[in-house]
Amino acid sequence: MIAGIPVIHFLIISTIMFFVGIYGFLVRKNLITILMSVELILNSVNINFVVFNKYFYPQLIQGQIFTIFVIAIAAAEAAVAIALIINIYRRFNSIDVENIKEMKF
Amino acid sequence: MNILMFYLFASIIVVFSILTVTSRRVLRAAVYLLFVLISTAGLYFLLNYMFLAAVQLALYAGGIVVLIIFSILLTSHINEKFEPVSMKKGLATAFMALTGAGLSIFTIAQHSFPQVVAESEGTSVKTIGRALLNYGENGYVLPFEVISILLLAAMFGAIVIAKKKQEQQ
Amino acid sequence: MGFGFTLAILVIPLAMFLLLGLAGHKMKPATAGILGTLGLGISFVLSLLTAYLYFFASHAEAGFKPIIPLVFEWMRFTPTLQIDLGILLDPISIMMLVVVTTISFMVHIYSNGYMKGDDGFQRFFAFLSLFTFSMLGLVVATNLFQMYIFWELVGLSSYLLIGYYYTKPSAVAASKKAFIVTRFADLGFLVGILIVSYLTGTFDFAELTDPSGPAFTEGKGILFLGMSTMSWALIFIFMGGAGKSAMFPLHIWLPDAMEGPTPVSALIHAATMVVAGVYLVARLFPVFAIAAPDAKEIVSYVGAFTALFAATVACTQFDIKRVLAYSTMSQIGYMMLALGVSGYGGEEGLGFMASNFHLFTHAMFKALLFLGAGSIIHAVHSNDMREMGGLKKYMPITFTTFLIGWLAISGFPGLSGFFSKDEILVAAFNHNKIIFYTAVLVAGMTAFYMSRLFFSVFFGKEQHYHHAPHESPKTMTIPLMVLAFASLFGGFIPFHNLVTSDGMHFETEFHWNIAIPVTLFAFAGIALAYVLYYKPSTKSDKIVATLKGFHKAAYNKFYIDEIYMFVTKKILFGLISAPIAWFDRQIVDGSMNAIGYITAFTSEKIKKLQSGQVQKYGFVFVSGVIALMLVFVYLYSE
Repeated sequence: MIAGIPVIHFLIISTIMFFVGIYGFLVRKNLITILMSVELILNSVNINFVVFNKYFYPQLIQGQIFTIFVIAIAAAEAAVAIALIINIYRRFNSIDVENIKEMKF
Repeated sequence: MNILMFYLFASIIVVFSILTVTSRRVLRAAVYLLFVLISTAGLYFLLNYMFLAAVQLALYAGGIVVLIIFSILLTSHINEKFEPVSMKKGLATAFMALTGAGLSIFTIAQHSFPQVVAESEGTSVKTIGRALLNYGENGYVLPFEVISILLLAAMFGAIVIAKKKQEQQ
Repeated sequence: MGFGFTLAILVIPLAMFLLLGLAGHKMKPATAGILGTLGLGISFVLSLLTAYLYFFASHAEAGFKPIIPLVFEWMRFTPTLQIDLGILLDPISIMMLVVVTTISFMVHIYSNGYMKGDDGFQRFFAFLSLFTFSMLGLVVATNLFQMYIFWELVGLSSYLLIGYYYTKPSAVAASKKAFIVTRFADLGFLVGILIVSYLTGTFDFAELTDPSGPAFTEGKGILFLGMSTMSWALIFIFMGGAGKSAMFPLHIWLPDAMEGPTPVSALIHAATMVVAGVYLVARLFPVFAIAAPDAKEIVSYVGAFTALFAATVACTQFDIKRVLAYSTMSQIGYMMLALGVSGYGGEEGLGFMASNFHLFTHAMFKALLFLGAGSIIHAVHSNDMREMGGLKKYMPITFTTFLIGWLAISGFPGLSGFFSKDEILVAAFNHNKIIFYTAVLVAGMTAFYMSRLFFSVFFGKEQHYHHAPHESPKTMTIPLMVLAFASLFGGFIPFHNLVTSDGMHFETEFHWNIAIPVTLFAFAGIALAYVLYYKPSTKSDKIVATLKGFHKAAYNKFYIDEIYMFVTKKILFGLISAPIAWFDRQIVDGSMNAIGYITAFTSEKIKKLQSGQVQKYGFVFVSGVIALMLVFVYLYSE
């Protein structure tokens, strides 16, 4: 733990990052920027895990392990997402998310 | 000193994450993301989680952001500016995000957290390594193996999806 | 002496029905006829054997007790209430066995000649066997429920046989009418059965008629409209019997049932099915007599009224079969009133004995009259009396046998009808003078209208026939002769030794003081008919002119059918069915249609939500989560 910093501060930061990521996910038009927002969300969650681990259960390591796993999964997911984006670019010749609305009424 | 560093990193995270989602040029957004990720790694360093911070830097900042930048280069016109967000959509989403954030923070603040435990020794890489391959009590070998299969599948998936179609003979 | 062979009496007609029903169309018609007749012949012989063994071979001084050679449990409702199927042999059931098999056998022989050349010949014989089986099952029933089961089967057979000429709309309508009216009456029957079984806890006849049993102790105290519950139950049961026996006001189906072939009319609607109601009352007679005398009174009044009503209408009809149908109704009224005026035990039970005696003799001479009418119709190809006349010289055998039947029903001294009718009148005289005088009046009217029929057909002015009527073939005349023999000498069977209300025989003497005046009254009726109809004349028309209004009403059967149609069409259909149909169509269907329409309309409006854009979905999703968070964490927290 960092002496002098209460847990709340960390949690506030991660919450802000989370909701900023959500805002970006829902507002942005470019597919890649949407992917970046998702990474923001994942990161905020990672901070949360780590902070709880450090402040309340320093003898355990669950938080870190889980964070490692989350990072690994985020990497895999980003790779697949990029592959999809490339495919979409080939089809529509643009990566505007508003082009991809075939499943509408 | 630590407190100062913390506030520095914290402010970087907040400011640059907001910039990431509101920037009108895509490459700048990627770079702002990079800063956010590095600051997060910095936070991990402050919390004495060395290995985790290293992993964060190596994978996120070094791997994912590079990947993103490559794909930007492949698919977009870098100099093109995004059009500004439509008023209705932006306002609604901002309002919703702010409400959510406020609600969450308020709820968290209400909660009385237990007493903070004083720090013991930090965890070493050896502990983490042992834990990952431990198949007894409190072992993480199962998620470890599953993750490896997941990564394999993701690799195959990415290759298959991004492959060019075969030309007709 | 084991009576187990009585099962064969039932099973053989059933087997014949199955055989002829399933394979009949593959056989030659003649074969089907012979098979059916043979089956019935065997049943007939076995019935006579049963009667001989029961009544004469094992004569018990203490009276005739019921024997149950066969019974098994069929269905159990509660630990104490069950339905059995079995065979019950006691004086009235054996008498009915003899009657049913004899008449059925005669009708089978007759049908070989009458229905010859008809397309559905095998079907006819199959249905005849089915009917015989059902009727036999009814009469040997050991409990109310078995009787009800066979009751319905008999109704079904009647429906099938009345509607035999199914291409004729009038026949189809008549069969439906018969079935619906009797079914309606059976509703009352079922209600009565349920009340009785609820009160006494049993369906079994032996337990119900046991004088020390539950039927006499239960249901007495509770009063509803002045009669005990047991009386009401028996009135409901009687309603079922009244429907089947064509008592007023459930009589409307019987004249129309004459649409069926004449052998059917002879078998079902003269001799056997229509007496099922009388048999039912006779079966439950101890309960009627001792536990519910009010119900018994009602039986007697209904019987008497029906007898008078039917006789009045019969005097005006021109269709031979209709005259005979109303005559049947009238005679069954006699049987009912005899039961109604009877007491229980010994001399008191004279009415019971007389009713069964009349049932027996009536079956013989009515079947004879019907078969004779069939012979006439076969020769003349018409049912209408006005198109016949002077047939005496063309059809001697039919004439002679019809003469015997006519004399029997009119109560000519020495013939069977004389004795049975006399016993009924004596029983009525001892009990209720009003009913007695009604019965005497009906006896006179019976003599009158039967004589009218007889004289118009066989004497009177000879009509112009397109081809000369000829005597019927032997297959039709032999049954006539057998039945004539039974009508002649059946009166000498000592019923008071055999069939009585409590199984004990009693001595009766011949009541000359009643017999002589009644016989003279009957002769007066015959004489009147002779004057009017023996020679062709217009005297009858003058009488009709004088009694104009009344005659018109009687000719139209007192408009009972019209009343029923009015009630059904205007009141039931118009006031009850039509609104319900409207409700079903407009409201029930309408609401279903409305739901469909609303669904389609709403979905048309909200399909814009499916924009296909993930971000829009995401927005709604996250807003929902936040809203839920707000609601559950803050608005509903402690």
